[in-house]
Amino acid sequence: MSVPRFWRRLKNIYNLIGTHCEKCGSFLYPPRNMCPKCRRNGMTIPFKFKGTGEVLTYTIVHTGAKDYTKLTPYILAIIKLDEGPQLTSQVICDHSQIRIGMKVKAAFRKLGEESEKGMIYYGTKFVPMEG
Amino acid sequence: MSVGIVSYGAYIPRYRIRVEEIAKVWGANPNSIIDGLMVYEKSVPDLDEDTITIAVEAARHAINRAGIDPQEIGALYTGSESHPYAVKPSSTVVAEAIGATPNLTVADFEFACKAGTAAIQTCMGMVDSGMIKLGMAIGADVSQGAPGDALEYTAAAGGVAYVIGKKDLVANIESTYSFTTDTPDFWRREGMPYPEHGGRFTGEPGYFKHVSSAAQGLMKKMGTKPSDYDYAIFHQPNGKFPTRVAKMLGFSSEQIKPGLVVTRLGNTYSGSCMMGLAATLDIAKAGDRIFMTSFGSGAGSDSFSYTVTDRIEEIRNGAPSVEKLLADPIYINYATYARHKNKIKL
Repeated sequence: MSVPRFWRRLKNIYNLIGTHCEKCGSFLYPPRNMCPKCRRNGMTIPFKFKGTGEVLTYTIVHTGAKDYTKLTPYILAIIKLDEGPQLTSQVICDHSQIRIGMKVKAAFRKLGEESEKGMIYYGTKFVPMEG
Repeated sequence: MSVGIVSYGAYIPRYRIRVEEIAKVWGANPNSIIDGLMVYEKSVPDLDEDTITIAVEAARHAINRAGIDPQEIGALYTGSESHPYAVKPSSTVVAEAIGATPNLTVADFEFACKAGTAAIQTCMGMVDSGMIKLGMAIGADVSQGAPGDALEYTAAAGGVAYVIGKKDLVANIESTYSFTTDTPDFWRREGMPYPEHGGRFTGEPGYFKHVSSAAQGLMKKMGTKPSDYDYAIFHQPNGKFPTRVAKMLGFSSEQIKPGLVVTRLGNTYSGSCMMGLAATLDIAKAGDRIFMTSFGSGAGSDSFSYTVTDRIEEIRNGAPSVEKLLADPIYINYATYARHKNKIKL
């Protein structure tokens, strides 16, 4: 990820800020300029999600990409936020603990870094609700 | 002084390594190390945790505990000796991650283990002068100890955030006093991964001289004595130093007991005595008086006198207590610890 691309999205990544359509009630993450249901009739406003949800499904990555070598093996999951949207994120917990339906909450972690001398990317991952 | 603590929050990573495990690797006698340091285990950051992530989690706990509006924070300072960037503030990330941007001033502080209490004093001055409504002072570290060095047994990870203001106080800060000299007891040069220290030189001319001078200076300034306080916290590089300096000054072991978290946590450097204060606030009652003295190598100490208000009961359960954060640790071996601390280069 380039530095400008990350910078444009960092408020959303740090604080799970997406959008809410006041016309149809949809909650969207990542944020959308236009509601995919209401199209141009939609009324989207920024919305900060609570950061709680549950694991819809997951996999354990044993052969990570180069930038994730240090973290491998790691859990990658689809999280359904309590407000409805689904997103892909790492879940930080013991691998024997992860299960479908597990309640999770947002945590602030390092997402990665360009190199030893490059930019460090921070953002949201998930941890078990009680942990 | 009508300034004090409005809220506080702590964060401790879940991983721990026992002193025996480190001693085993270096062929040392674990019992003599435990007896010498009064430390049994220390916290270790996760692979994706650093000073910034720890500071953010502590700051969020402080915001949540008292329902603080982050837009009312006019200044945010993060004290640490392990900022991830040499140039680029940790505090900008923290401010953004708690929703305090953009109308505030931020900076990173560095003064070995007392940068966090220096940040508290700065916030006190800014609040008292009317420059800002609320200030946030954070002490957070993922402290470094070279493999095999004595520091490796205690250098831990954790952070604490305090919101300083004038209204809705959980503890009044009655007064503060500092004692500072140029004492080269501990340092880390630019670009070096691990600090150097003067061994026993860190004790008498460093820790004990500065902590006792600042503590005595504050009590003289206020006309108080150790028996006027219900609790006391002194910087905790290990368990022995704060226990000894408390005795030297006339404080009892009962007064320091709730805040002496180092035995199960290790030395969280900039978070050290601020963590002890958080643990003490977790159990304090309205009217209790708390005495605190930090120490930063290099060297200096900041002393504070607090009086707890009845609002502590209202906000106490709004965020995890230090005791809860210390509970249910995940113990790791030295190999995993080395991986977590980036001692193994890939």
